[in-house]
Amino acid sequence: MPHRTFTLFILPSMLAMLLFIALPLVSVVLQSFYVEHAQALVQVETCDPFGCKTEIRVDATAMQALNAKEPQGRFNGFDTYLDGAHLAVDELRTIWTRAPDMAAGLSQTLNLPFYRALLFTLVYTVVVSPLSLGLGFLIALSVNILPRVTRGGVIYITLLPMIVPSVIGALTLFWMIDQNGIIGSFLQWMTGDNTLSLKASGALAWATLFAHGVWSNAPFVFIVFFAALQTVPRDTLEAAMVDGASRFERLRLVTLPHLAPIATFLMLILIMDNFRVFESIVGLSATAHASSLSSLIFFALRGDTPLFGSAAATSMLTVICIFVLLLPSLRRAWTGFRSKA
Amino acid sequence: MTGSPRAFRPPVYLVLLAAGFIAVWLLAAALPFVWTAWGSFKLQGDFFSMVSWQDALFGPRTQALTGSAFTGQAYYDVWVGQGFWRQALNTIVITLGVTAVSLTFGTLGGYALARSTARYAFWILIAALVFRAMPGLTLVSGYLLPFFEWNLWGHQWTTIIVLVALNQPFTLWLLHSFFLTIPRDLDESALIDGCTRLQAFRLVVMPVMWPGVITTGIFSFLVGYSDFVICAMLLSEDNQTMVPKIIGFLGTTQQPGQVMYAVAATVSVILPLLILVLFSQRRIVGGLVAGAVKG
Repeated sequence: MPHRTFTLFILPSMLAMLLFIALPLVSVVLQSFYVEHAQALVQVETCDPFGCKTEIRVDATAMQALNAKEPQGRFNGFDTYLDGAHLAVDELRTIWTRAPDMAAGLSQTLNLPFYRALLFTLVYTVVVSPLSLGLGFLIALSVNILPRVTRGGVIYITLLPMIVPSVIGALTLFWMIDQNGIIGSFLQWMTGDNTLSLKASGALAWATLFAHGVWSNAPFVFIVFFAALQTVPRDTLEAAMVDGASRFERLRLVTLPHLAPIATFLMLILIMDNFRVFESIVGLSATAHASSLSSLIFFALRGDTPLFGSAAATSMLTVICIFVLLLPSLRRAWTGFRSKA
Repeated sequence: MTGSPRAFRPPVYLVLLAAGFIAVWLLAAALPFVWTAWGSFKLQGDFFSMVSWQDALFGPRTQALTGSAFTGQAYYDVWVGQGFWRQALNTIVITLGVTAVSLTFGTLGGYALARSTARYAFWILIAALVFRAMPGLTLVSGYLLPFFEWNLWGHQWTTIIVLVALNQPFTLWLLHSFFLTIPRDLDESALIDGCTRLQAFRLVVMPVMWPGVITTGIFSFLVGYSDFVICAMLLSEDNQTMVPKIIGFLGTTQQPGQVMYAVAATVSVILPLLILVLFSQRRIVGGLVAGAVKG
């Protein structure tokens, strides 16, 4: 295809991606170096029969004029990145010079908002991605040996947790784990602890979020693995059987190697998707116990006055984290392309 | 599996084990929706009973107050009383817009990527994959201030184009892989017969691409229909879509019945999806597989 025709065909799509993905990234970089204007203060002297008082007030008109002239705020350099809501350099220094031991220092570090969110996001990604892969794989293996007539119905129901919007799925779970909800009561009955509440404890709230993550990710994994299972070469399976390989050995030596490249790709997709975890935190009302990088950005923008600078700095740090996560896969794509060319 | 050798057939204990496992999974997958749908026909005092979870099953308060174990009160309250139909209309606009624009951009781009042998085509696909990894919220923090400044905020078409752009990477990958399944000879013979590229695309390739387009269209539909973050951030109160509105119901102060707005609205949002999956299960499965395996 000539370059000119190619350009014309791809133009709308590229333009959309450049304007609304690449350019916003630039805008985020710029925004992260600015911070909201300091409050313009005026001294006002009010006098009444008992004497005069000077008060300090926010000058609303001056603020308005300032915001109209420089909507992006004032230049702040890297200070937003280093402040308490982000990398918290000063706080870290105090914590680690005063901390009696590693454990105390670590726990104080993880109480800082950014590190707390980073920890949750990483743990969520690391826990939920492999578990989803495993659960999806088990479902695929099981459905594969069930009679064919059951497949349509099983696939239909299995698709539901994935098709339903994440935040809506999380809500339906949330209503069930209510203390008097069906799951909440069941857990209380099982543990014999009438005060047990999934919503009250931090660890249980995390566990619930992980469970929701696996629940909503497994269907996608199942569908892809199930399709791949149909393409496992039959000849190799038969040959393995003739050679006396047991069912488990055939799974380990024939089926798994066949699925390995797909599993790698699925893992990449799962990591990308899980790293942006946010909606389930809202749906499960777990903001008190868990915050992710995405939820930091959301709530910075959603406050009474949107903190553009702070949200942008968190966004930049998120993008850097994602890049580090994706680097191995990108390297592999590059070497794969080079070896093909 | 008919016609398979006997020895391939799994032993009975394994089939039973698999059946048991699948039964547990299906319960986990469906119960939240069944439970919510059931509870949406009760009063709040029953579905969120302080006394016992069994109240949600039998509905003693619902029976005492309405004379029947089921009531459509929550649906009436939310659709009529809270004007949820407005959000439903907004969702239709956003969803149709996203699907139409996304497919137009995506088929053109996906076709070019599938037919080009140049090295940059590969790099565009890799760049799309990297773009796909960007969480929507990191980008929203880039849009918000310029959109406020240029008065682009709160318009439906801004939201549509943003949603299209954010999902263009996936759309491109999917359509690109569908176009690859159509033999090159088809459009090349059309070119030899004197068609321009656009004519070959429009008159020869697209007519055999419908399955791929419909599959991709379903995914674009789901993007517009399900989105929470972008719509919550970029749409104003009066053109808000359904999903963010439901979260809005929860955010307001807890008055009696308020939670039931969210419950009834949730069931209302899920129902069209159940119907969609019923009719397009094969296409959804095919699309997921094409996007993951060939991509």
